[in-house]
Amino acid sequence: MKKALFVTAALLCGTHASALTIEKVVSPSGIEAWLVEDHKNPIIAADFSFAAGAATDPAGKEGLASMVAGLLDEGAGDLDAQAFQSRLEDLAVGMTFSADADNFSGRLKTLTDNRDAAFDLLRLALTKARFDADAVARVRGQMQVGLQQEEQDPQAIAGRAFAAAIFPDHPYGRANTEASLKAISDADLKGWAGGHLSRDRLVVSVVGDITPQQLGALLDGTFAGMPAKAELAPIAEAQVPAKGSLKIIHRPIPQSVVEFGEPGIKRDDPDWYTAYVMNYILGGGSFSSHLMTEVRVKRGLAYGAYTGLEPYRHGAVVAGDVATRNDKVAESLKVVKEELAKMGKADVSVPELAAAKTYLNGAFPLQMDSTTAIAALLSVVQRDHLGIDYFDRRAGLIGKVTAADVRRVSGKLLDPDKLTVVIVGDPKGMAE
Amino acid sequence: MRPRFLFLALMALAFRPAVAQVFNPETFSLKNGLQVVVIPNHRVPVVSHMVWYKVGSADEVAGHTGLAHMVEHMMFKGTKTVGPEEFSRIVAANGGQDNAFTNEDYTAFYQNVSADKLELVMKLEADRMANLALKDEAFQNERQVVIEERRMRTENQPEALLQEQMRAALFLDGGYHHPVIGWHQDIDSYKLQDIVDFHKRWYAPNNAILVVSGDITAAKLKPLAEKYYGAIPARPTPVRARPLDPTPVAQRTLEIRDEDVHQPSWTRYYLAPSYHVGETQDGDPLQLLAEIIGGGPISRLYKSLVVDQKLAASVSAEYDPDSLGQSIFAVATTPNPGIEMNALAAAITAQLKDIAEHGVTDAELSRAKNKLRAETVYARDSYHTGAMVFGQVLTTGGKIEDVEAWPQKIAAVTKEQIDAAAKRLLRDEKSVTGLLLPAKPGEATVVSDPNAEGAQGLIGGNVR
Repeated sequence: MKKALFVTAALLCGTHASALTIEKVVSPSGIEAWLVEDHKNPIIAADFSFAAGAATDPAGKEGLASMVAGLLDEGAGDLDAQAFQSRLEDLAVGMTFSADADNFSGRLKTLTDNRDAAFDLLRLALTKARFDADAVARVRGQMQVGLQQEEQDPQAIAGRAFAAAIFPDHPYGRANTEASLKAISDADLKGWAGGHLSRDRLVVSVVGDITPQQLGALLDGTFAGMPAKAELAPIAEAQVPAKGSLKIIHRPIPQSVVEFGEPGIKRDDPDWYTAYVMNYILGGGSFSSHLMTEVRVKRGLAYGAYTGLEPYRHGAVVAGDVATRNDKVAESLKVVKEELAKMGKADVSVPELAAAKTYLNGAFPLQMDSTTAIAALLSVVQRDHLGIDYFDRRAGLIGKVTAADVRRVSGKLLDPDKLTVVIVGDPKGMAE
Repeated sequence: MRPRFLFLALMALAFRPAVAQVFNPETFSLKNGLQVVVIPNHRVPVVSHMVWYKVGSADEVAGHTGLAHMVEHMMFKGTKTVGPEEFSRIVAANGGQDNAFTNEDYTAFYQNVSADKLELVMKLEADRMANLALKDEAFQNERQVVIEERRMRTENQPEALLQEQMRAALFLDGGYHHPVIGWHQDIDSYKLQDIVDFHKRWYAPNNAILVVSGDITAAKLKPLAEKYYGAIPARPTPVRARPLDPTPVAQRTLEIRDEDVHQPSWTRYYLAPSYHVGETQDGDPLQLLAEIIGGGPISRLYKSLVVDQKLAASVSAEYDPDSLGQSIFAVATTPNPGIEMNALAAAITAQLKDIAEHGVTDAELSRAKNKLRAETVYARDSYHTGAMVFGQVLTTGGKIEDVEAWPQKIAAVTKEQIDAAAKRLLRDEKSVTGLLLPAKPGEATVVSDPNAEGAQGLIGGNVR
């Protein structure tokens, strides 16, 4: 198909000194990418992802997508692992892959001088990964070591147990085990890469010292050799429990880690922005959130207490955490529950709501710290289907949220009696 | 959901090799001695405003360990005109983010804000340099917060406990012996007056550096700096002592054998020079040595222990010469499943011995230089990196020109200099080896006791 390079643009961030615009680039063969040109430094960063993640791991083979991510840069084409890594290092190219529940992602960072070679190495990794037995054994060993390290980290133990409790009988709740890592075969690895990483699931974002024309050619050179489509087994919608539960994992440590959560809302829910504002006010990371004020500042119970919205493609939770000395777990959890309940009972004050909106809008560009960070942000916006004009619309979406909205959505989402709670430690006065 | 990490500090160390020619900083000083560094980066209309004080945990006295970090926390507890917790509330309500961190040699405070809010945060930051006004109730609560921070970072983590003990064993004396966050019983014991005195002693404009990066120029910043910081009078601050540690004569090995340990690890610290104390000429060669032996998947130790011998899952080597006193050269590895720790320990010590005896190769040196050179280009990309590098260098005895000359200095290092530096460094009596080992129930040698003396990693530092 012969197609002219197609470019539309939207403003990412304007200022008196400069303005960043996002261009939509479509390659001659039809591969799309969002581009922010920035020629001040001789650096190019690419961030891309395929909509297929660890949730596709077959039961009993948890860790498959992650192991593929660990192996794509461990030898490809004629280059074995050491040759491939030497080439990356000699060219000063950064290349990483990772898999989360819903997506398989990659990042590439190169100096302009080595641009073509860098993208060609990426092509090799994506289309000609070798999965040599030696490399497979090495990466499997590293993942097993990672599992053992998690076993001695209370936060990791809690995170894993919480996922299992909040996503029962769903891939989101399953995690790698020694047995599942052992069960993954070479055929599984090759099959997963070939059967999931397809162009119809691809999102690409590029920032830096490159023109649309140059990028168009590189998109074809890099991704055109991948399968056009992949048929994946459907993933069921997660049924997040809302009945209240407590699980304690006993460990002889001085501080207990508490994770809690209940059903949340998805990214495309009409109430998303209200929930987003609500979460910031309740426990979204600021020092003046309700949880930080009540748990840390007023009572000295913990270093921090947070909540967050966790939207996945097939389910969503609103979750939080607090870590406190063993004899204060009951008190901390009581304070947290009271604050959750309060959000739905009375309107937040006018100044508090205004401050929250100013923060959420003002802090947004602060994350655009580097070409890599901007590319990652563009990919998030693409994956969430927010549109290239999202950066213009975002402030208005947040601005529209009212105190009554926050109260209504809080009442819907935050029920302290329905929390799923996991505790790791030696909590006093708590029983399952 | 968990927004508070050592992110900035770690990021800057990862990008340590950065140069002034990359950042093109502008600099000036106020009459009261405040040094100002401006690193323009106009990509987005935001600025990072940082004030770095030349005081850290190594400036504390026995019995008051952790006080520098405690003072950092108390800086958010109000001034004569701004109420407790108001500082962060005002910054957030203006669309900004703020935090602070403490290390062995420095304490730093920062706000990331839209460029038009710069004046506001300068006014707030200058205010708490001069007018801190603290109440005992807020202090008693915050002490508990810091103790919970210590439990979270150290006492709940066997690796962190081991690293804390290793640091204490490596530095026989002086301010690097104890952890940045402080020993648990010391945190329990300070009085509010200790905080007030410490702040008065160290938080003077002549003992501080203002670093502003992002959408700003020196011409725009200078009148604001004079207006807010220039009004604070200079006053004498103590001399910061970093004497040479006593000469070590005994190789030390520490072990935590605990049933809560699942993944064994082997870590070795060597007492190393910095740019300012010890064999200072080795500062540049040792950065290249760390890169050559443990800087990635084609490094000497990775190739030998992970790829060829298949004994280890990971290896690393770390070294930072930007320290006011001596530094640490750290080497670490984790065994693959089923590999005996003894076999891995023997293999890695054999490799280190080989390097001490036979040195590095020309090819290894050339590759390491190439990699560090590229890092200087990448470092310019982020508006935070330059601010972090200048803050660290200028609070640890370095100068802007030192940063500027870094690429040339690294390019000029010879194989002979690295080999000689490796010979001086890699000596058993200069080292502390830490072993983290699983134990069967009842065999534990160290238990996690809330009152045990406990830990901070090699890269010390605590974020508020």
